[in-house]
Amino acid sequence: MKLTLSLAIGLLGLVGLVLTAAACAGQPPQGTLTIYSGRNENLVGPLLQRYAKDTGVNVRVRYGDTAELAATILEEGDNSPADVFLAQDAGALGAIAQVGRFRNLPESTLRKVDERFRSPKGEWVGLSGRARVVAYNTNKLKESDLPDSIAGFIDPKWKGKIGWAPTNGSFQAFVTALRTTEGEGNASAWLEGIKKNEPKNYSNNIAIVDAIGNGEIEVGFVNHYYLYTFLRERGEKFPVRNYHPRGGGSGAMVNVAGIGVLKTTKNGPAAERFIDFLLDKEAQQYFAQETFEYPLASAVPAPQGFKPLASINAPKIDLSSLADLNGTLRLLRDRGVL
Amino acid sequence: MTTQAGVGPSLHTSTVERRSGGRRLPPPPASVWVPAALVAAVMLLPLAYLVVRAAGAGSEALEFVFRPRTAGLFLRTAGLALAVTVASAAIAIPLAWLTVRTDLPFRRLWSVLATLPLVIPTYVGGFVIVASLGPRGLLQKLLESLWGIERLPEIYGFPGAMLALTLFTYPYLLLTVRAGLQGIDPASEEASRSLGDGPWATFFRVTLPQLRPAIASGSLIVALYTLSDFGAVSLLRFDSFTRAIYLQYQGSFDRTMAAVLALLLVVLTLAILTAEGWSRGRRMYHRSTPGAARVARTLTLGRWRSPALLFCAGVVFLALIVPVAVLIYWLSQGLLAGNAFKTVGGAAVSSVYASGLAGIVAVAAALPVSLLSVRWPGKTSALLERATYSGYALPGIVVALALVFFGANYATFLYQTLALLVVAYVVRFLPQAVGAARSSLLQVSPSLEDAARSLGQPPLGVMAKITIPLIRNGLLAGAALVFLTAMKELPATLLLSPIGFKTLATTIWTATAEGFFAEAALPALILILVSGISLIFMFHPARGRTGHGDVE
Repeated sequence: MKLTLSLAIGLLGLVGLVLTAAACAGQPPQGTLTIYSGRNENLVGPLLQRYAKDTGVNVRVRYGDTAELAATILEEGDNSPADVFLAQDAGALGAIAQVGRFRNLPESTLRKVDERFRSPKGEWVGLSGRARVVAYNTNKLKESDLPDSIAGFIDPKWKGKIGWAPTNGSFQAFVTALRTTEGEGNASAWLEGIKKNEPKNYSNNIAIVDAIGNGEIEVGFVNHYYLYTFLRERGEKFPVRNYHPRGGGSGAMVNVAGIGVLKTTKNGPAAERFIDFLLDKEAQQYFAQETFEYPLASAVPAPQGFKPLASINAPKIDLSSLADLNGTLRLLRDRGVL
Repeated sequence: MTTQAGVGPSLHTSTVERRSGGRRLPPPPASVWVPAALVAAVMLLPLAYLVVRAAGAGSEALEFVFRPRTAGLFLRTAGLALAVTVASAAIAIPLAWLTVRTDLPFRRLWSVLATLPLVIPTYVGGFVIVASLGPRGLLQKLLESLWGIERLPEIYGFPGAMLALTLFTYPYLLLTVRAGLQGIDPASEEASRSLGDGPWATFFRVTLPQLRPAIASGSLIVALYTLSDFGAVSLLRFDSFTRAIYLQYQGSFDRTMAAVLALLLVVLTLAILTAEGWSRGRRMYHRSTPGAARVARTLTLGRWRSPALLFCAGVVFLALIVPVAVLIYWLSQGLLAGNAFKTVGGAAVSSVYASGLAGIVAVAAALPVSLLSVRWPGKTSALLERATYSGYALPGIVVALALVFFGANYATFLYQTLALLVVAYVVRFLPQAVGAARSSLLQVSPSLEDAARSLGQPPLGVMAKITIPLIRNGLLAGAALVFLTAMKELPATLLLSPIGFKTLATTIWTATAEGFFAEAALPALILILVSGISLIFMFHPARGRTGHGDVE
């Protein structure tokens, strides 16, 4: 009996607590910017704190998985508390833009970034770029030994020398680009051809670069920035380099992480100033140093040792159209790659 | 008319028959069914959301449902749930029996250690399994240095997923079976022994059948948890429903097809619930005669002592020692590399606070539901109780998005507050509290409540003075289970918590998202430590028994 009573009192007290907490958390103070960030806190956190300190704007961030945050924004509808959406890939930005939930960015902001790396309608803009490359072992191969495009790797001379990561998201995005640019038939034929060369399966890009480094394989299909982590840790002697296929095609694709402003924002000007801050030299260099991604603001050069963006023969595709992963998964399964 | 008016309610109650004993039931009082119905309504929100979303789908949805791949998904997922449940039972039932009924040395220590794997989230445990048993994992490195083995066979797919889920969910069954064993009146076992049955025969013929509700409710918790889990199936790459649903969101931002898939998962859940319903039957599990039960006799293991100890040690080694050792190894690697570690004290407090509230609210919600289903069994009460399972088998992301949808659009004042986060935890994990409350209610004879009623107590008074004290241990166990499971919850925490609210689970997520093992190790170890402390509290000797003999 005593226990029941104290349990009941405790319960009531807790319910009261929850309600007060609820009431307190209800209204954000003035001059706040609410950011939904699909990029990791370890990466963008310091940058956002700097912005808050410099401008006095109260920055509130909800971190989460890019796709889950996109779904959240879609479910929230007109009541979304978010002002801006910072996304890991262009597909998620495309999903929000498709239902007309982004407002158009000012021309002055858009002009800072090459038109390949922003929404054609001006709804979102890329902040940093990730290039698809062929990583190769420099002890066994010279760049001139490598074919003009990834199509060349179906040649039997590459048998047993290739590594790939079919379960990895970045590989699947690349296959989606391949389907978009070259058609289902060609994509399917390429997969079939590579499979005949008995590629080794790895679980991610890091494992591929590592395996190229120790000579287990000679080439691998990866994103460009993994190499730089190895170079930083093991020095310039690490025998792997990146090759951006000179003939272009989806093997030389550049994907982006980007940002857009929600139509329902009540802080439009503050949100736009925030994007300009992220496209400023300082923030752009931060991305390059921390993640080895390409700065996208045209005034900021790529880091030392990177092939300049302008000389990469990247295919012209609307990046937000890379959302159809289902078709890719089906293809990979049909070809027995997954 | 006059004779009817003359019949008082208490007389009425005593003359009608209770169905379970061949008598008929009075209708449940409003103080029980109204709260039960309210709870069930909240629990059905995710289902309502899925119907709203799937309604937008056209004929392509039908095509989607009837393609061969979907059938494959269905079978694979059901197979995984079955395999994990059977394997968990094979581990949990012997463990429970050994730690409750035998003279196994260090019984209490083993109970705590064997329950602890429960607090390891599958997204950490799965990581550890890949890192230790993977083709080029720690075990391979060890074998390479000893015998030069360069690559171990792949563990990805069914075996890996089953191993991870079994190791980190069997404790749910262990807890319910332990509680069941402690609640059994030993009289029938003693009768069996005195009639010449050996200990094995008694176990299989008397004890095991009496444990049926405990095993069934624990198995249900394990099976449905398996359906909802994303951590293990994604890290170990097993193509289950939950993984397919996540891929719909991540790959094509397609909420409609994700909802269609999730509704199929609901169908699978219904099938499992129906199977469990059959196994329940209409048997009585409480003692039928007055008087207090005695404590069961402790069985001497004799020459079985060493194998029993070896079994306990093996389970604890695989499910607890290995993950903790790997985490400590990562932490030390990080420290040696000179990494700076962020303090996680604030996150630990937030985790305990939000999960503690969830535990309390879940028990308060479980009480009317389980009371209704045990004392007034019938179609309606069964339906209400089953409704509470609808959020449990669904992937966390689905429940989270359902509450995002309802919260942002219809309860704006609650959206992204702690209150809604607690509701999300309860919607996800209530069945754990309902299961625990139900099994202990089944062991309380309704004649005690009837006696109190006939002495003039109103229904609420009976509940407060008789029922709740008698099932106190079941309620505490239920609160603890919800607390421990909420501690490791991730998707709802990320999407629904007040902005800037950090828990241990979100801290681990932040650290692992970019592969920083060392940085994830500290919050993961603290999560295990904090949860472990509350488990030890659960095993306090005063709470070791259910309350047959406690009524004064």
